Amino acid sequence: MKMDGGFLNNLGKVYTYYTGGFAAFVVLIAILEQLGMPSRWLGYLYMAATIGVYAFIGIISRTGEMSEYYVAGRKVPAFYNGMATAADWMSAASFIGMAGSFYLLGYNGLAFALGWTGGFVLVAVLMAPFLRKFGQYTVPDFLGARFGGNVARLIGVVVLITASFVYVVAQIVGVGIIASRFLGMAFEIAVFVGLVGILVCSMMGGMKAVTWTQVAQYIILIIAYLIPVTLLSAKFFGVPIPQLMYGFALERIEGFEKTLGVAQSYVAPFINARGQFDMTQAMNFFFLVFCLMLGTASLPHVLMRFFTTPSVREARTSVAWTLVFVGALYLTAPAYAAFARLEVYQNVIGQPIASLPVWVQSWGAIGLVGACDAANASTIFSLCRGVTGNADGILQVAEFRIHPDAIVLATPEIAGLPYVIAGLVAAGGLAAALSTADGLLLAQSNALSHDLYYRMINPNADTAKRLQISKILLVVVALLAAWVAGSMGADILFLVAWAFSIAAAGLFAPLVLGIWSKTATSAGAVAGMIVGFGVTFTYLIWTEFAGPSFKAFFGDAATLAPARGRQVATIWGINNISGGIFGVPLAFLVTYVVSQFTEKPSKEMQDFIESIRIPKGAVREVGTSRAVE
Amino acid sequence: MSGARGSAGAGGASAASAVITPEKAKAYWGETSSHMMVVLAIWVFFSFFVHLFAPSLNAIHMLGFPLGYWFASQGSILVFIAAIWYYASKQNQIDEKFDVAED
Repeated sequence: MKMDGGFLNNLGKVYTYYTGGFAAFVVLIAILEQLGMPSRWLGYLYMAATIGVYAFIGIISRTGEMSEYYVAGRKVPAFYNGMATAADWMSAASFIGMAGSFYLLGYNGLAFALGWTGGFVLVAVLMAPFLRKFGQYTVPDFLGARFGGNVARLIGVVVLITASFVYVVAQIVGVGIIASRFLGMAFEIAVFVGLVGILVCSMMGGMKAVTWTQVAQYIILIIAYLIPVTLLSAKFFGVPIPQLMYGFALERIEGFEKTLGVAQSYVAPFINARGQFDMTQAMNFFFLVFCLMLGTASLPHVLMRFFTTPSVREARTSVAWTLVFVGALYLTAPAYAAFARLEVYQNVIGQPIASLPVWVQSWGAIGLVGACDAANASTIFSLCRGVTGNADGILQVAEFRIHPDAIVLATPEIAGLPYVIAGLVAAGGLAAALSTADGLLLAQSNALSHDLYYRMINPNADTAKRLQISKILLVVVALLAAWVAGSMGADILFLVAWAFSIAAAGLFAPLVLGIWSKTATSAGAVAGMIVGFGVTFTYLIWTEFAGPSFKAFFGDAATLAPARGRQVATIWGINNISGGIFGVPLAFLVTYVVSQFTEKPSKEMQDFIESIRIPKGAVREVGTSRAVE
Repeated sequence: MSGARGSAGAGGASAASAVITPEKAKAYWGETSSHMMVVLAIWVFFSFFVHLFAPSLNAIHMLGFPLGYWFASQGSILVFIAAIWYYASKQNQIDEKFDVAED
C-alpha cells in the first residue's frame, strides 16, 4: 500500500524515466547493430526487454484486494486512464492492419478511421460518466442492476464473451505473426511466448496491473509507430511532419494515376474498379462507420476502463484524453499508406525488374510483396499465384501485389533505415497486441468470475475465493484462446471486425436505454438484447459459412460472391461486417414495443436511474441484498 | 461484506435523497439532455453528413489534400476530439451550476 501511494503520486516522474530508459535502450540497440550484432539477436533483445518490463510492472502490481483487482482501486487519473484506454483500444489491427487497409481500399478504407474514433464521442456522452457513477465492477453488473437481475446479466455475459473471445484470439495470432516474421520463431512457439507475456501482466494484479502495463505499452507503441513514418516524411519531402506532408504525397499520387491510367483513384470515394460511382460501396461505407462506432461504445473491455477513474468528472475528461492518444496513431496511419503508394508509383511501377528497390525483394521473399512480370514469377513470389505478367521485363501496375501488413512493416526499409528501427516497429506491434489482449482477457474472466460465478452461482463466496476463481478463469480463457490461435492461425483474423457488430447489436440499446430511459422495462431490454444479438449473429454466421443456403432462402434479395475462399452471401448488398445495421435498430424497437406491454419500472428503479444520472451522492440500487463488494 | 466500496457508496442512502429536489433534478437532466443533443448533432454531421459530399469536396485541394479525403482521414477525427473536450467542460459547468458536482 505504501509503495502504491508513492507510485500514484509520482506517475509523471515514473513514466518520464521509463520513456527515457526506453530511448536509451533503443540507442544501445543501434550501437550493438553498428558493432555487428546480427539482426535476429537484436530482435530477441527487443522482445525480452519489453516483455520483461511488462512482467515487472505486472508483478509489482499484484494485489489481493477486490477493488484493485477489478477496477484498479478507482485511482487512475484521467490522463493515464486515457493512455491505458488507448493501448487497450488499439490492437494489432490498428497498428499493422489499418494503414494497409487504407493503402488497398483507398478512400473506402477510411471507414475504419472514422468508425474507430467517432465511437468515443458516444462513449463520452452516452456511457462513461454514468457507468462510472454506477460504480460497480463490470458492464453486465449494470445490466443486472437496471434490468432486474440475472437474465439480463447472463445475456450480457454471453454477448461479452462472443464479442471478446475471437478478438483476443486475433491478438494472440498477431503476436505470433510479428514474432515469427521478425524473429524467425516458429508460429506455435511465438503464440506461447505471447501467452506468457499476457498472463504475467494480468494474472497477479488484475485491472491494477493491466492499467499500469497498458500505459507502458502505449508509450512504446506510439514511439514505434511515429518514428519510421516521420523519417520517411523527411526523406520524401524534407519536412518530418507526416500528418501534414502526406497531402503532397496524395497530390503526386493523383498525378501518377493520370499518367499510368489507373481508373480507381486512390482518393475518390465510393467508386468501383472502373472508376464509376457505386451505390453499394457508399451504403456499405456508411453502414460500416455506424457499426464500428456503436460497437466501440458497447465493447466491455473499453467501457470497463472508465470504472477505474476516481470520479465521474475524471471519467469524462478521460474519454477526451483517450481520443487524443488514439488520434496520435489514427491521424498518422493515412500517411503510412500514402507514402507507401507514392513509393510504389515512383520507384516500383514502370521500373525494369532487374532494378527494383531492395525492399521489394526482401519482403517478396517472405510472401508479402509480389513483382509478377516474368512467366515464372509465382515460383519466386508466392503472392503472384494467379497473376499473369506480360514478361516484358518492366513492372506494370497490374503486375504488382502487396500484402496490407507490409505497409507498416516495410516502411523502415523503404525509408532506408537500419534494423534498429524495424525491430522497434515489431516491439510496437507486440505492445499493441499484448495490451489489447490483456484488457479483453480481463473483461472475459471478470464476467465469468464476478457475474456468472459470484452473482449467479455462489453469492456467498468470500473475497479470497472469488479472486482465486478469477485468476484460474483468466488462465483457462487465455489457454483456450492460445489453443485456438495456434490451431487456426491467420484464418481467423477477418472475424475481428465482427466483434463490433455483435457488441453493438447486443449491448448498445440496453446500455443507452438503461441510462436515458425511465420507461424501458426489464422484459423489454431482455427481449431487445436477444433479438438484436440473435439477428446480427445469425446474419454473420449464415452469410459467411452457409452462403448458398442463405441465397436459396432469400432468393433475389440476396447475392453470392466469392470471398475468403468461400461463397459469401449478402442481402441488399450489405456486407456481413456491417451486420449490426440490422440488430441495433431491432434491439431498440423490440425494447420499446415490449416495454409498452409490460409493467413500468418501479419507483425504486426510477430512483436508481435518477441516482446514476447525477454525479453527486450515493447510488440507490434496488434491493438491499445486492450491496457491492 | 467487508471491503471498500468505491466513492459512490460512502454517503449512504439517506444522503442521496438530500442531494437534489425532484424539480431541480428535472431541470438538471433537461439541460444535460440538450447538451447531449448538441454534441450528438456534431457527431452525426461529421460522422455521416459531411462525407456524403466527399465526391464534390474532393475537387477542392488544400496543401495537396483533396478536401473530401481529408475530412474522412483527419478532419472528422480532429472534430471528434474537440467535441469530447467541449462535452466534458460544458457538462462539468452544468454540474456546478446545479450543485451536483462531486465533492
